[in-house]
Amino acid sequence: MGLREKLEELRKQGIQEIKASADLDHLNDIRVKMLGKKGPLTTVLRGMKDLSKEERPKVGKFANEIRDELAQALEAKKAELATARLNAKLAAETLDVTLPGTPTVQGQPHVIQQIIDQLVDLFVGMGYQVAVGDEVEQDEYNFERLNLPKDHPARDMQDTFYVTPSVLMRTQTSPMQARMMEKHDFANGPLKMISPGKVYRRDTDDATHSHQFHQVEGLVVGEHVTMADLKGTLEVVAKTLFGDELAVRLRPSYFPFTEPSVEADITCFNCLGQGCAICKHTGWLEVLGAGMVHPNVLKMSGVDPEVYGGFAFGLGPDRFAMIKYVVEDIRDFYQNDVRFLNQFNQKG
Amino acid sequence: MKVSYQWLNQYLPLEEKGIQPAALAEKLARTSVDINDVYSPMDGLKKLVVGLVVACEPHPDSDHLNVCQVQVSETETLQIVCGAPNVQVGKKVIVALVGARIKDNIKIKRGKIRGVESNGMLCALQEIGFSEQVAPKDYEAGIWFLPDDAVVGDAVYPYLGMDDTIIDTDLTPNRGDMLSIFGNVNDLAAIYDLPNGFESHPVVESDEAMADQLSATLADEAIAPAYEMRLIKHLHVADSPMWLQIKLWNAGIRPINNVVDITNYILLKYGQPLHAFDYAKLPSHQITVRHAQAGEQLTTLDGEARSLQASDIVIAAGEEAVALAGTMGGQSTMVDEQTTSVALEAAIFDPVMVRKQARRLDLHSESSMRFERGINPETLHQALDEAAYWLAELAGGQVVAGKAVAARPQFADREITLSVRRVNHVLGTELTMAMIEQLMVRLDFAAHSLDDDQLVVAVPARRWDIELPADLYEEIARLYGYDNLPSTLPTMTKTAGGLTETQARLRASRHTLEGLGLTQAISYSLTTVKRAQQFRVAPDQTQPMQLDYPMSSDHVATRMSIISGLLLDVAYNHARKVADVALYEQGRVFLPQGGERPLEEEHVAGAVTGHLTPANWHQAAQPVDFYALKGIVQTYLQNLAVAGEITYVADSSRPEMHPGRTANILLDGQVVGFLGQVHPSCAAEYKIPETYVFELNLAALLAAPKRDKHYVHISKYPAVTRDIALLVDQTITNQAIVAAIKQKGGAYLKQVQLFDLYRGEHLPANKKSLAYTLTYQADDATLKEDDVNQAFEKVVAHLTTTLGAEIR
Repeated sequence: MGLREKLEELRKQGIQEIKASADLDHLNDIRVKMLGKKGPLTTVLRGMKDLSKEERPKVGKFANEIRDELAQALEAKKAELATARLNAKLAAETLDVTLPGTPTVQGQPHVIQQIIDQLVDLFVGMGYQVAVGDEVEQDEYNFERLNLPKDHPARDMQDTFYVTPSVLMRTQTSPMQARMMEKHDFANGPLKMISPGKVYRRDTDDATHSHQFHQVEGLVVGEHVTMADLKGTLEVVAKTLFGDELAVRLRPSYFPFTEPSVEADITCFNCLGQGCAICKHTGWLEVLGAGMVHPNVLKMSGVDPEVYGGFAFGLGPDRFAMIKYVVEDIRDFYQNDVRFLNQFNQKG
Repeated sequence: MKVSYQWLNQYLPLEEKGIQPAALAEKLARTSVDINDVYSPMDGLKKLVVGLVVACEPHPDSDHLNVCQVQVSETETLQIVCGAPNVQVGKKVIVALVGARIKDNIKIKRGKIRGVESNGMLCALQEIGFSEQVAPKDYEAGIWFLPDDAVVGDAVYPYLGMDDTIIDTDLTPNRGDMLSIFGNVNDLAAIYDLPNGFESHPVVESDEAMADQLSATLADEAIAPAYEMRLIKHLHVADSPMWLQIKLWNAGIRPINNVVDITNYILLKYGQPLHAFDYAKLPSHQITVRHAQAGEQLTTLDGEARSLQASDIVIAAGEEAVALAGTMGGQSTMVDEQTTSVALEAAIFDPVMVRKQARRLDLHSESSMRFERGINPETLHQALDEAAYWLAELAGGQVVAGKAVAARPQFADREITLSVRRVNHVLGTELTMAMIEQLMVRLDFAAHSLDDDQLVVAVPARRWDIELPADLYEEIARLYGYDNLPSTLPTMTKTAGGLTETQARLRASRHTLEGLGLTQAISYSLTTVKRAQQFRVAPDQTQPMQLDYPMSSDHVATRMSIISGLLLDVAYNHARKVADVALYEQGRVFLPQGGERPLEEEHVAGAVTGHLTPANWHQAAQPVDFYALKGIVQTYLQNLAVAGEITYVADSSRPEMHPGRTANILLDGQVVGFLGQVHPSCAAEYKIPETYVFELNLAALLAAPKRDKHYVHISKYPAVTRDIALLVDQTITNQAIVAAIKQKGGAYLKQVQLFDLYRGEHLPANKKSLAYTLTYQADDATLKEDDVNQAFEKVVAHLTTTLGAEIR
């Protein structure tokens, strides 16, 4: 057998072995065996010295071709095996993706806080400031400065926790009206504020009454503030909290610190006015009280009612939450069952 | 007030104009006063007809039942067994036919009573829906007799006024004028622009002169701005006619007798309370209105003996108090069947005095309610005279000519000048002078313009709630219609709005804790005195602020810490088998400081129990312990970015806390809070499991200087670490070791981190082993091995000498 035949034989045998190889280690062995210094190719090439001058370059070239071909085959096989090995590894790593994820810890804001934050964001966006007052107030600010002198029958509308004859647990966040108005310099523009916080009433707790609840008071006083502005503002509130273009309906009411005074109803967000259990089949939900600031209130805070006027409103986040989430018992808000609280986990 | 639709129709063409009760109620709610309810007394009733008892035999097997034959139509007579004691042949009665529905939706079925067939039921008023307080007769007295001219077989409802519709209005305190038919008629006439046909009956006086038969004086003019009396003699007390009884019971007032009923009728019609004294029983005919003497006794109509105070107001005959002015009459002078003469009082009492008296004695009546909210002085005479008219008409009385007058009602129109420009400025409307004048005409308020902007409106005394232009704006707005107001937003500028820094940080504080796994709770600020004092950040002997007149023993004092409320929340969850609870609360605590009001301090607190994350298929549960909570607090404080140094110092002095598992939290040496495990005894009192809590004086933390927000350069040179393990006494704290390391750490020591703590087996009993990684890094060069070694050796030496540490 001539050298060329031997080489041809080596090539065939090498390709065959490479093809048959099943793992990378074995493939490496083949490489060493075939192409290494003690390998058959080298041995064959050592026999080149016996060839004629003419034959030598031809066989040499052939031998190099075979070496390259085997090296390529080795590389290709190596890549193939590496891919296969990786695939096998990945296959072995397959997970049941339907198993539940690892629990993480996450707390939630209280549902009433969420409503307050929503309102605060809304009003801050409209250029209001936020004024947080004290929960223990003076009778003077809670009532008298709001045009509710002692023995006014409207004081019956709010049963009050008194501490002393002149100090009480505030029954509304409205005291901030007087406290802010007396501080405000109207030369710097109108006063636009909201005051969120806890309020207290001397009530027995049951499904619809709570001795502690929340209120967000709003006040705008300036030279050009109208009742139409109040109506428009309340429409924005309704839209922000309930998401739809809900109509606002005003009805006459009475608060000593506003005149005219109104109750505001919004179209029931659930039935959009068709009538359902939530709105007791009226199509409307009573959500807040409001009105144009009473001239006496302005006067008592040193604001000239001939020049300035404005509107005030007071809304109840507890009531909003009860309406919005169909919560039937107001005590749920203050007993803090974590199964209740953690339901309100929708962000944005 | 329960307003009768039929009564309104006597004066207003509502039905004629197609204004149905439901629409009327809706209109009132939108324009005038709130509506509680709209209902007809016959709602839910069915098959109740007029019957004539034609025969009545005792039941063979009963000593109190009767077997009646009752004619219910021209052709039909039914046998009905009846247990009423007063059933009588020849009477027209209320028959519930088989299939009828009576009170509470009870269905009448054919049946046998003690073996005798009964095809219906004869009814008392209580059985067809009248309340015991309103039905004129006691239920025990038996069935109700319809008028003799009632037509057999007709539905009974019209005979009882049950076909009326009642509009139950809910008044705000300013609209006292709506506590009368008169007021409702006026308002509806304005709302619907209808002709007002309200009618009064003028009195017919006899020839007999008053002379000195009755006199009235005021001891204090402030008590009664108006006080007048009439004397009616020779009357016969009897039942009122049906039309009058119906008007009363549909308004929720029980008919008593003609005299009392007439006073109540006038009360409803005019809103003017009247009181009838039995003239003969008055100890003197010289009437005085005065304050009570302290300790004076008076037995009121309800039989209660009342001890009076000097602030109370009474009507006295001679020296003796015979009635509580404006609140309730006295028993000794009450009208009864024997009464033949009455002294009839029409007055206006001071609202505040009546209110105080009614509240003090808990005597809230239809009369006191009206005095408190105001009486129309314009109609006092009309009301008194019409009452006298009816006493003559219905009780055969003779009205003595003239009146005993202590004070005549004083009233005048109130002139208010409106500016059309101002009206539009406040309401945001574009009303013209003519439109506003038209609205005043509808209200029956006289008005005349001064120029093209100013309008002078004369508001009559019957609308005493209207005092200012703003009150008229409301009248204009409601009659014009709130629906017709445009909707706009305030157009002014120059307000930036926004949260203050503190407000923004309070919000961020909440978000941080939520991110750390705590859910926000809102608990009650009012609690018991004991709980209010527990868990204070800065404990002292101060008593909490207490309510003067609490409603419940659970809520009497304002909290001085937040934790106690959170523990009640934990208990609530624990009682409901919710084992894992992680709550925080942010809010005010109330710290009395000797002033009029307590200091309100913003605090934040947390309570955790059970597991932070529950066990699951691929992770063990992570139980709460001291360090879990401390981790939360540390991260929280890191987020709060106070510039000062925070340290944790063991504190065994807090009575509600575990003495070995509590740390005070200090900011630059000042206690700003604490954390730890609730003392097991305290936990037992709260009925809660092992629970860890913290509370921080957030106000103090927010007031402290903030860490600078400067960027810290990150070194590009490699860091080198050295580990050190040391054996120290159990009493030596981590904080002491870290401080010692840092003290001699040198300029390149960047970080000290504890990575192992061991005590127990293989170590002496009083020793523990701690292992730290020290990280060295320079900002300007790669550290040389020698530099690090030298620095590290200094630390080792220092730990050995100062803490007696054995380096392992």
